[in-house]
Amino acid sequence: MTQKPILTGRGLVKHYGRVTALDRCDFDLYPGEVLAVIGDNGAGKSSLIKALSGAIQIDEGDIELEGQPVNFASPLDARDAGIETVYQTLALSPALSIVDNMFVGREIRKDNFMGRYLKMLDQKKMEELAREKLSDLGLMTIQNINQAVETLSGGQRQGVAVARAAAFGSKVIIMDEPTAALGVKESRRVLDLIRDVKAKGMPIVLISHNMPHVFEVADRIHVHRLGRRLCVIDPKEHTMNDAVAYMTGAKAPEGAEAA
Amino acid sequence: MTDTGSPPDGGQDYEESLAKSDRSVASFARSHTPIETLQHVLHGNPTLVPVIVLIVSVGIFGLIAGERFFSAFNLTLIIQQVSIIGMLAAAQSLVILTAGIDLSVAAIMVLMSVIAGKLSIEMGVPAPLALLVAFAGGTAAGLLNGFLVTKAKLPPFITTLGTWSIFYALNLWLSGAQSIRSSDLDEQAPFLKFFGNVIEIGGARITFGSILMVLVFVALWYALNKTAWGRHVYAVGDDKEAAELAGIRTDRTLLSVYGLAGLVCAIAAWASIGRVGSISPQAFYEGNLQSITAVVIGGISLFGGRGSILGALFGALIVGVFQSGLRLAGVDVLWQVFAIGWLIIIAVAIDQWIRKVSA
Repeated sequence: MTQKPILTGRGLVKHYGRVTALDRCDFDLYPGEVLAVIGDNGAGKSSLIKALSGAIQIDEGDIELEGQPVNFASPLDARDAGIETVYQTLALSPALSIVDNMFVGREIRKDNFMGRYLKMLDQKKMEELAREKLSDLGLMTIQNINQAVETLSGGQRQGVAVARAAAFGSKVIIMDEPTAALGVKESRRVLDLIRDVKAKGMPIVLISHNMPHVFEVADRIHVHRLGRRLCVIDPKEHTMNDAVAYMTGAKAPEGAEAA
Repeated sequence: MTDTGSPPDGGQDYEESLAKSDRSVASFARSHTPIETLQHVLHGNPTLVPVIVLIVSVGIFGLIAGERFFSAFNLTLIIQQVSIIGMLAAAQSLVILTAGIDLSVAAIMVLMSVIAGKLSIEMGVPAPLALLVAFAGGTAAGLLNGFLVTKAKLPPFITTLGTWSIFYALNLWLSGAQSIRSSDLDEQAPFLKFFGNVIEIGGARITFGSILMVLVFVALWYALNKTAWGRHVYAVGDDKEAAELAGIRTDRTLLSVYGLAGLVCAIAAWASIGRVGSISPQAFYEGNLQSITAVVIGGISLFGGRGSILGALFGALIVGVFQSGLRLAGVDVLWQVFAIGWLIIIAVAIDQWIRKVSA
C-alpha cells in the first residue's frame, strides 16, 4: 500500500500482573477501509481495541493518529482526538430519548441570552441535526426521535449508537461486536450500515467473531494471536477456514502480508 | 463460533430468503390494548399519576369535608404546611434521580438553621452573613456526601445514614439541645424569619415560604430539563457505566448533585425558621423519610433516571391533602399514617409496572 495509515500501533505491550495481554503488537488502519480484527478468546484483541480507544493505557509502544503520536488517558481523550468507539453494550441511556443520547456530552446550547447565561439547550437544533444524521445512514424508519431508546429494537439501538459515532466529524470508528446480539435480519441492517459509513470515507475497525460478516464487509483482516498481530489477510484470497486455522494456530499463514 | 467449514463463495447463502422478507426494521403502529396504551402514556409522562391522584383526592376530600376543606384558607394552609418537606423533597429528588438516596437532608437543614441562629443571636453576626455561612455549610455537607459516594465509592444509603447521625450529633452539640426562642429572633435577627411573612388575599394566606418552595421547584425543573447538566443527571441515574462511556464525567455530575442538594437544604433551613418561628434542634426529625415519601408518591423512580422533579411537589401536596382531609373528616391521626403507608406502596408498585413497558 502506498497510502499512509491513519492509525498505527507499534510494539504495543500491556501486562496485567503476570499476564501479557499485548506482546509487542503492531496495528495499521488505512484511510477509508474496513479492517476486521479477529482472534480467539484471550488472544488480546479487546486489550488492543481498549488501548486504541483510550480505555486502557499501554505499558510500552507508540500509537500514532494521522502521523502524530497520541497518548490517551481516557476514552474521552480518544474521542476528542477523533476516535469514536461503538461499544458492545452501546453505552446508550435507555430512558433518554434518541436525540438526548446522540448529543450526550456535546449538547448544543441556544445562541442567545437564554443559552449563554442560563445554559438553555437548543432542543430544536439538536433534533434537526439528529434527524439529518439518521437519514444520512438510512435510519429514518425511526419516526419519533424523541422516543426513549429502550423502546427501540436491538438493530435500531445499534443504529443510534453508530449514528452518534459517525455524526461528530470523527476520524476513526471502532465497532466492537456490532452484530453479536442481533438477529439475522437486524445483522443485515447493521452490515449495510457499516457499508454506508465506509462510503462516507470513514475508516472502521470491526471486531467480530462472526466470520461470514467479517468476510462480507472487511477490506483486510487483522488476525490476532497470542497478544500480537499474526498476519493481515485479504478476504478475497483466503477462506474462512484459513482465517480460523490461523487464529487458532492450526495452520501457519502463507502468502499473507507479513506481520 | 460460526460454522467455518465452507468458504464464503461456495457456502450456502442462508440469507438469500431475506430478500423476500419485510425490509422495514420496525414499525411503531402496532395496536395496543387500552391497558398497554395507558402504560405507554404513563411511561412517557410519569408525573401524570401524582397529578391525577392529587386532583381526585382534593375532589373526594372536598366532598367529604366540604367547605372547611375546600376553602382558600385551608388550601393555602396545606401548601404552607408542606413547604419545608417540599423543599427537602426537591433536594431528595436530585439525589434519587441519580439512583442514590439522601437520608441526611433534614439533618443538614436543621444543622444549618442552628448555625445561622447561633451566629446571629449569640455571636452578633449580621443575619445575611450568617445565612451565607449556612448556605456554604449546607453545600459543604452535601459535597461531603458526594465525596464519600464518588471517591470512597460507598453506597449512598450507608453514606447518608452515617452523615445523618453525624450532622444530628453536631446539631445537638452546637445548640446544646436548646431552642432559640422566637422572641430572641424577633429582637436580634428578624431577617431569619423573613419567609414567615404572609400575603393575605381574601381567605388565602400565602407565606413567603410557600412561594419560595414553588420557586425552588421551578428553578430545579429548568436545570434538569433545559440544560446539559440536567440531561447528564438523568443519564447517570439511568446507567452510570453507559454515561461514562458516552463521555459524561459522572463523578463530577454526582458531586454537583449532592452539593446542590445540600444547598437546597440550607435554603430550606432559612424558610424553616420562618415556618416554625423558632430554631429547634429537635425539629423535623422525620423530615428525611417524609422527603423520600413525597418523592416516591410523586412518581420518581428509586432506581434512578426516571420521573420529573415536579412529581415530588405533587407528592408532597398529596401527603398534605390526605393529612388535612382526614383530619377535617374527623379521622384519627393513626389512620392518616396508615393511608400514607399505602400511598407509598401503591406508588412504588405503579412505578415498577410502568418501567416494565414494552415497545
